[in-house]
Amino acid sequence: MTTPLGKDLLALEPLTPEQIRLILDTAEPFKEISERAIKKVPALRGSTIVNLFFEASTRTRVSFEFAEKRLSADTVNVAASGSSVSKGETLVDTARNLEAMRIDMVVIRHSASGAAQFLAERIESNVINAGDGTHEHPTQGLLDLLTLRDRFGTLEGRRICICGDVLHSRVARSNIWGLKKMGAVVGVCGPRSLLPNAIAELGVEVFDRIEAAIEWAEALNVLRLQLERMQAGYIPSLREYNRVFGVTRERLERAPRDLLILHPGPMNRGVEIDSDVADGPHSVILEQVTNGVAVRMAVLYLLAGGAPELADAAKGGSDR
Amino acid sequence: MSHRESGIGNRESGGNREQGTGNRGSGVRHGVLRGGRVLDPSQQIDSKGDLILADGKVESFETAAGASYGDDYEVIDCSGLVVAPGFIDVHCHLREPGREDVETIATGARAAAVGGFTAVCAMPNTQPVTDNQAAVGFVLRQGQAANAARVHPIGAISLGQEGKSLAEFGEMVGAGAVAVSDDGRPVASAHLMRTALEYARTFGIPVADHCEEPTLAAGGAMNEGIVSARLGLKGIPSEAEEIMVIRDILLARRTGGHVHLCHMSTKGSIELIRWGKERGIRVTAEACPHHLSLTEDAVDGYNTNAKMNPPLRTAEDVEAVRDAVRDGTIDLVATDHAPHHYDEKEREFADAPNGIVGLETALAVVNTWLVKPGIIDLTTLVDRMSVSPATTFNLPGGSLRRGSVADVTVFDATREWTVDPAKFVSKGRNSPYGGYSLYGRVMCTIVGGKIVHRATG
Repeated sequence: MTTPLGKDLLALEPLTPEQIRLILDTAEPFKEISERAIKKVPALRGSTIVNLFFEASTRTRVSFEFAEKRLSADTVNVAASGSSVSKGETLVDTARNLEAMRIDMVVIRHSASGAAQFLAERIESNVINAGDGTHEHPTQGLLDLLTLRDRFGTLEGRRICICGDVLHSRVARSNIWGLKKMGAVVGVCGPRSLLPNAIAELGVEVFDRIEAAIEWAEALNVLRLQLERMQAGYIPSLREYNRVFGVTRERLERAPRDLLILHPGPMNRGVEIDSDVADGPHSVILEQVTNGVAVRMAVLYLLAGGAPELADAAKGGSDR
Repeated sequence: MSHRESGIGNRESGGNREQGTGNRGSGVRHGVLRGGRVLDPSQQIDSKGDLILADGKVESFETAAGASYGDDYEVIDCSGLVVAPGFIDVHCHLREPGREDVETIATGARAAAVGGFTAVCAMPNTQPVTDNQAAVGFVLRQGQAANAARVHPIGAISLGQEGKSLAEFGEMVGAGAVAVSDDGRPVASAHLMRTALEYARTFGIPVADHCEEPTLAAGGAMNEGIVSARLGLKGIPSEAEEIMVIRDILLARRTGGHVHLCHMSTKGSIELIRWGKERGIRVTAEACPHHLSLTEDAVDGYNTNAKMNPPLRTAEDVEAVRDAVRDGTIDLVATDHAPHHYDEKEREFADAPNGIVGLETALAVVNTWLVKPGIIDLTTLVDRMSVSPATTFNLPGGSLRRGSVADVTVFDATREWTVDPAKFVSKGRNSPYGGYSLYGRVMCTIVGGKIVHRATG
């Protein structure tokens, strides 16, 4: 079945601005479902979805699972440990076996860049990338876009800076593509050892100092600093990272404007972001989480062949 | 496919002896390759004529048209074809012993013959490693039994290719090794490399190095640049190669040893080699067909058949390496033929092994990307694929001079064909050229006067 998004959602890089806008617009009516007492609509009734998680994840997996269940899909969670994967089965064999049980969609999280595409090219089911290595995490990018659009009205011309470990971040890549396609101006800020060498070729502004980024930006998307990065020698210490690159209240107070603060979670409080910023008045971190469910519902619905114009009706009645 | 007049590759029109032996691998005591364009850069020959082979040697070259030959001469019509000294590949992986499931010396030697190679050098990164005289002898014997391209063993630099202590170069050379290399791995220790270059001087063999600074390249899956940034794959910077290139050149200067730099892939490496050669340092270098034709863009979509080490680089690098093949900074073209099992390539990009097969596409790739656009002429192609490999590694062949071994490659430089990896004679199917239309087809390969390959289509 050909949907406006094609068969799969693997990345934001290949999407058109219209496709991204369609997902965001479709997510809007789905937001309301999660506010109801009975949080369930029948849009995906009879569909079976496998959440295939080769990497530990709480937030993303739970968010997908809520989205699936609120659309009435039947879901199975497969975690890498305790499955045949740990017995040395290849990714393609795992997927083919699942497909042989006649499933409709696979949501995959994997530590290898390209794993979602690899899977999508080899099975008939729809594949949704829930994060592949250091490549992309498209639904995270979409929920960030939705959160920013809610606050700004439009992303056109807005200046968003992505802060931290861009080199190893799939969230950063999806944000860069998504934001640029929606007309935003994108900056990145972090130690050069954690930025891709060719970062400027992606069409972003590069800031070496967090102070300069804060002065420039209207919103900061603060990335999680993986503790392994220090062990691998990319930075000398978490303490110094916080001192040089931490998003702190003192730094934000010197900004010429209030900045929206986003973080994909889970946060290292006191490392990349201080608690009084994370919990402060301009933090939209929990809105991101709420929007995550709506965006994932929209993606599931569209890939299942749901008509965008019927998204509202699919909810089974609405007061909007 | 169009019907051809030539005797080679056209069995239907056969029937008389002039249309070929039709008997693959049959001995030709006296043979005439008639009417081809004989191209031998070793003697600056490029003219139409008959090449006469006898008793496994080149007997003579006759330019007079219409000569007739007695019944004891087998005549092969080569009109419209190029007749060249046989191609020599100084860098391939034949996987035997250890991985006979992905290639054997026999299948590799036959694939070489199909690609117009009359000799190949087998890298020692087998299981176990070819690091002693017995192992070298095994490779040699398997090669002889294959009855296809000649197989010259390369011995390891270090025992087990572990980069610690030198293997016995002398005994390996005595058993038939033509060079030493730890290829597949770099020689990380500068001290070991220095010692190898010094020690190899006694035996007059090149030390072939896989140039890769291991700490910079660690974990890398492709060239570091815009594509790796987009795909989220760990990159291998050009400097990982270049640092070792200049180290090796400086050590060759210090020791007077002959360093041969494998599979050069970056613009910076070319500049450094040029620097070394200008100073008379004994450095030679090779480039692979894939580094002359494809860029890092081929990796897009996580194509594991575009994953090799060194990785495919940028268009600017490709241009520099092509230019170096033209001006001789790169002495020769080598395939780095590296077969892998289908299952091993059919997986997540970062986990897939490095390497592609190349023996059966090398001529066509070089011809299509370098000769056809006019970057090099056919004479230069034959030099870089035959004459120069022979002189650089001191191997038989590489010349059609009277008395040379009768190792000859006959090819059609204009014939277009579509690459179908399923049809490879090699066991490997891991080629990035599947589906490509290429120009240049090997029609006949002769080793020691014996036909070891004839095109059938």
